[in-house]
Amino acid sequence: MERGLELHHIGVRFGGLTALDDVSLRVPPNRVVGVIGPNGAGKTTLFNVICGFVAPESGSLTLDGRPLRPRPHRLTRLGIARTLQGTGLFAGLSVLENVMTGASHTARAGFVPALLGLPASDRDERRLRRHALAILDDLGIVEHAEAAPTTLPFAVRQRVALARALAARPRLLLLDEPAGGLGADDIAELAELVRQLPRRDTDPCAVLLVEHHMDLVMAVCDELVVLDFGRVIAAGTPDEIRDDPAVTDAYLGATVEEEVSP
Amino acid sequence: MDRFVFLTVDGLSRGAVYAAFALALVLIWRAARVVNFAQGAMAVAAAYVAFTVSTATGSYWLGFVVAIVAGLLLGALVDRVVMRHVDHASPLNPVIVALGLVLLIQAVLGMVYGNEFRPAEAPLRRSALTVGGFAVLSPYDLFVFATIGVVVSGLAWLFARTPVGLRMRAAAFAPEVSRLLGVNVGGMLTLGWALASGVGALAAMLVLPTELGLHPHAMDLVFVSAFTAAVVGGLDSPPGAVVGGLVVGLLLSYVSGYAGSDLTPLAVLVLLLAVLLVRPGGLFAPVVARRV
Repeated sequence: MERGLELHHIGVRFGGLTALDDVSLRVPPNRVVGVIGPNGAGKTTLFNVICGFVAPESGSLTLDGRPLRPRPHRLTRLGIARTLQGTGLFAGLSVLENVMTGASHTARAGFVPALLGLPASDRDERRLRRHALAILDDLGIVEHAEAAPTTLPFAVRQRVALARALAARPRLLLLDEPAGGLGADDIAELAELVRQLPRRDTDPCAVLLVEHHMDLVMAVCDELVVLDFGRVIAAGTPDEIRDDPAVTDAYLGATVEEEVSP
Repeated sequence: MDRFVFLTVDGLSRGAVYAAFALALVLIWRAARVVNFAQGAMAVAAAYVAFTVSTATGSYWLGFVVAIVAGLLLGALVDRVVMRHVDHASPLNPVIVALGLVLLIQAVLGMVYGNEFRPAEAPLRRSALTVGGFAVLSPYDLFVFATIGVVVSGLAWLFARTPVGLRMRAAAFAPEVSRLLGVNVGGMLTLGWALASGVGALAAMLVLPTELGLHPHAMDLVFVSAFTAAVVGGLDSPPGAVVGGLVVGLLLSYVSGYAGSDLTPLAVLVLLLAVLLVRPGGLFAPVVARRV
């Protein structure tokens, strides 16, 4: 069944400002979909709608055809995980503990077994720990497991944030500007990583990517949606988008000009 | 020498109670960034419940268990009914509300039980055993040390080695992020309040038999001592609270033994003032992390 996450005619307004206007898009299972657009185009609002931070005024969401009313704390239970701009790691927890927290909704034993030191809680703890270590290993940062996030380079922290999101075993991963603050080499590695996510043997997932960085978007996305002033102005494969004059005007053209005239 | 050993043991025994009480303050501070000034009154309320149960059933231990359960419930109740609805934008707001809660709880206890001291009995002998000519530990001291030891190591284990503890820490560090990760942040906060209040009730049950007895204000001075212990430890550090509690307990015991018991309230305040002036971040927390 090929449904995945669908947004139908979503509209969001903040006071007089239209943040999203009749936005529809689909993230099929195990595909990478990118959302691009200039600053203020509504990309972050779109994410906030999917996460339940912002309630849309009009339109609806469905997940595999079923109506979806997202709430932030229920997101991981629906199989959706999100990374944040600037990593959002817990400074007071170790890297391993950060990643374990990402999977903590799967912990079955409640508070009372934990307090009484019952085996159920112990088993949970060991399972979370193993799971988190395996993900850190997958991402090649297992040697930092016991480190405090603040002591690590930004590129590694970014990867920890990704590991934490993956720990929830999502079917859909929302990546919010994952290339922000990364150098060219790190971005190339990240692109390879993101491309692999839908193709993995264990826990493959679809990706919805909001990103400024065109190289990354063009390299990893199966489909692109271009937003401008809250409207979808183009949608298609990266090649189609690259050649679309409306997109060039609204986004790519502007970027080129900025880069040309310092 | 005899006297010194006695005062040291007595100080450590009281210090262990201060440590537990300070730990309760630190728990709430870490979870909610609130100094719970109502903790003494809440603990006394739990002790009164225990007193009622013990009097009715004749069993000290039933009352002891009931006190802890009452403490847990009272903590959850205070969070859900009162503290959750306080605007935390200014740190002063929860402090004022907590102080109001102190007045309320003490007034209600006075109305129900009367403002007089009621005897709080120790379950074990409080006279010291003599070892090699020295009067050392009483069975009750041993009971206090063992109980606090179990509680402190239990809490340490809960926070370090269980998924629930991990979620509680995560929720305290970054509530919004935790929510996105599926952590029930509100529930974790309530759990923190309940745990702290339960520990506070336990500490009250342990310390009251060594004081004048049960009274709506019985924990006031203990609260000041425990607050000082928490500040000595840096307010943010559970091990700091434990060490701070022992330090305060020893200091008060020596002051009371060598200089006179009238001076102990003064000595606590002097220590509190000195720490706040010299190392406001406490002896354990990094000073830069402090926000005032």
